[in-house]
Amino acid sequence: MNLNRRHFLIMLPAAAIAWEHVLAGTPENSPNYNTADHWWGMLIDIPKCIGCGNCVRACAAENDVPDGHFRTWVERYHVTDYDMVNPQVISPDGGKEGFPVAEEDAGKYFFVPKLCNHCADSPCTQVCPVGATFVSPDGVVLIDQTYCLGCAYCVQACPYGCRYIHPEKKVVDKCTLCYHRITKGLTTACCENCPTGARQLADLKNPNDPIHEFLKTHHVQVLKPQMATGAKVFYNELDGSVR
Amino acid sequence: MNGVEGFMYPNEINLQWSVLIVLYPYITGLVAGAFILASLVRVFRVHAVAPTYRLALLTALAFLIVAPLPLQLHLGHPERSPEMYFTPHSTSAMAMFGYVYLWYLMAVLAFEIWLDYRKDIVLLSQSSTGWLKRLYSIMTLGSLNISPEALKIDDRVGWIVTVIGIPSAFLLHGYVGFIFGSIKANPWWSSPLMPVVFIFSAMTSGVAAVMLIYMAATKLRKLKIDIKCVDTIAMYLFYIFIIDFGLEMLDLIHRIYEADESFRSLNFMVHTRLYFSHIVVQILMGTITPIVLLAITQLVKLPEYVRKRIYVIVGCLVQVGIFAMRWNVVIGGQLFSKSFLGYTTYKMGLVTREGLAPAIIFAILPFVILYVLIKLLPPWEGGSHGAPDPASNPVH
Amino acid sequence: MSAFKNSGHLFRFALLFVIAFLAFLVLRNFVVPKSFGKLGHYRADAIGDMAAKPLHYAGHEACEACHSDVADMKKAGSHAHVNCEACHGPLANHAADPSITPVLPDTAVLCVRCHAASAAKPKNFPQVSAEDHSNGLPCQTCHKPHSPAITAGGAK
Repeated sequence: MNLNRRHFLIMLPAAAIAWEHVLAGTPENSPNYNTADHWWGMLIDIPKCIGCGNCVRACAAENDVPDGHFRTWVERYHVTDYDMVNPQVISPDGGKEGFPVAEEDAGKYFFVPKLCNHCADSPCTQVCPVGATFVSPDGVVLIDQTYCLGCAYCVQACPYGCRYIHPEKKVVDKCTLCYHRITKGLTTACCENCPTGARQLADLKNPNDPIHEFLKTHHVQVLKPQMATGAKVFYNELDGSVR
Repeated sequence: MNGVEGFMYPNEINLQWSVLIVLYPYITGLVAGAFILASLVRVFRVHAVAPTYRLALLTALAFLIVAPLPLQLHLGHPERSPEMYFTPHSTSAMAMFGYVYLWYLMAVLAFEIWLDYRKDIVLLSQSSTGWLKRLYSIMTLGSLNISPEALKIDDRVGWIVTVIGIPSAFLLHGYVGFIFGSIKANPWWSSPLMPVVFIFSAMTSGVAAVMLIYMAATKLRKLKIDIKCVDTIAMYLFYIFIIDFGLEMLDLIHRIYEADESFRSLNFMVHTRLYFSHIVVQILMGTITPIVLLAITQLVKLPEYVRKRIYVIVGCLVQVGIFAMRWNVVIGGQLFSKSFLGYTTYKMGLVTREGLAPAIIFAILPFVILYVLIKLLPPWEGGSHGAPDPASNPVH
Repeated sequence: MSAFKNSGHLFRFALLFVIAFLAFLVLRNFVVPKSFGKLGHYRADAIGDMAAKPLHYAGHEACEACHSDVADMKKAGSHAHVNCEACHGPLANHAADPSITPVLPDTAVLCVRCHAASAAKPKNFPQVSAEDHSNGLPCQTCHKPHSPAITAGGAK
């Protein structure tokens, strides 16, 4: 580090104060955050994803995700010719350690990162018998793990397979869109650590968010649109073979 | 990799709902079916099956008591299950469970049994001694009025309770069908037919179960089985079963014809991982064989002892077949990937929390409870709806 | 009148229900969390609980507050949009307490994850086969991770 001593001594308290705000726990300590001002989603740019698995590792580190379970994962598709109904798909350990090298072969390859779609009309919150999972006012599907019974009905109801039962806590768990980060002005762990910018947090209520321009100029899809879940994770150039 | 064929979403590989969740609809199905048999006597005045009236009610109660236990063992936090009573989510079919169960247990079954047995309870509270006397006295709720007028009122109210009980029984089991049938994410489950199929298979298994229990209990008491009673039950069983089979065939034909995006994957699953439990056990052994056997008894005049043996075989096959149907719905619905690109396997533990051992215990427990209930509230004296006690004509 | 006398037992049965219902109402008042139902059919305080979870990644802005020289170098190169912790791992603890020294990533594992050549990766993404490219030499022999392009004139 090339800081001289004087520079460092000036920087340190400022950085410390800034960090205090970042580390502040409850929304009361981040008084600038008002749920009514936000409607969260995500943009995933398929051509940019290189299948490095950084997002899967970062999510696991940020959220203490247990081994063998995934809040986010990456799938690799191999589509040969026009048969879109039989893609070859792999997701070795969710893509956590990347993917094996693919040999040159006919057809196309691409990677599809997946996570909870934070559906506006979420089928999982519909089926919860006690109200342990819900859509927050700012559009994030969250789980109250002190209230969840662990019945796994929501796991059955999710069309995307993004939920799992936590093996130790015995309650359901899933991607929270790093709620503890986005309410402090940070981005999600997966977006922060994606080296190519394939994953980007989007605030649909913010008129200045780049997603609005992106949606106007690109062809995007959501997963399983026929399920009418109101999914808010948008995929750029999603191939028709993606399940 | 660990029983996975093809591709499954990483979180889908292990099954969420185990054999205990298979057992629950099977048990509530028996409850609903047994109650429907009792209602045949009370509401539809099919007096031929009167010997089974009280037995059917006690059977329903014994199974209903056990019904929540597999669910409790499955929950990650069973101590939180009262939340379903305090904050039930109105959009969730599962949230109904607490209230429907309690309604059926207290306002239908317990109420009807109490009304029908009240005279016996009062008499037993006077004739017994010790803690049994105290138990019966509590059960009288302090009222010793068994005058003919009071009993007539009981009869009237009991009739109303049974009439309310029929849709309540359908609700108790139909909502379970809706729990599965309303899940758009799972094409094996999602179907408007699901609650109806569940109800009819419930009636099939419940009616057959009471028939078996009646025959077994009469045999154990060394008495003569009322053949007209059993013949009538078998006739109703036959018709209900045909409707049940018809509904399942309708679902199958519809799936094959429409062949939507899920069809290839589900078809493959039924022909491979689900072949034995679905084709062999549920359809061939558990449905077609008993229907054919019953048809024979309905169409051909067979001697009494042959009919009785056929009924026993049919009763047992029906239990196996309807249990297999629950298995194929619950487990089958989790064996294939929602990507339609892969399959997994169900690894049932043995002596684990959701394994085979607790399932067997929960399957046996209702019979233990039924034994206690029969001792406490003997169903043989007939009451006002049963036939005269066959103790007057023992078997030779 | 006699009907009433003869149905007294029914009222006793009904009374059981009434007592149970009242007990239920009382219990419910104590058991249901106070914030339940304020925003929807859930415990509203759960939102605060979720927001209060600890951070493991500091986010690149926290890093750049102190390490502005590295940030400047990175901004000009092809790793401009690769955030610090994507390679250095979660360092919120270091940002909170700089005396905690982070562990340097192992380039033999790290760089290969992204840059190993594969037919599956996008064609325009820089990727090499490690053996052909560097004969097993560590990547930083020629490339500076914060600005990996090799400028005219050869390696650093």
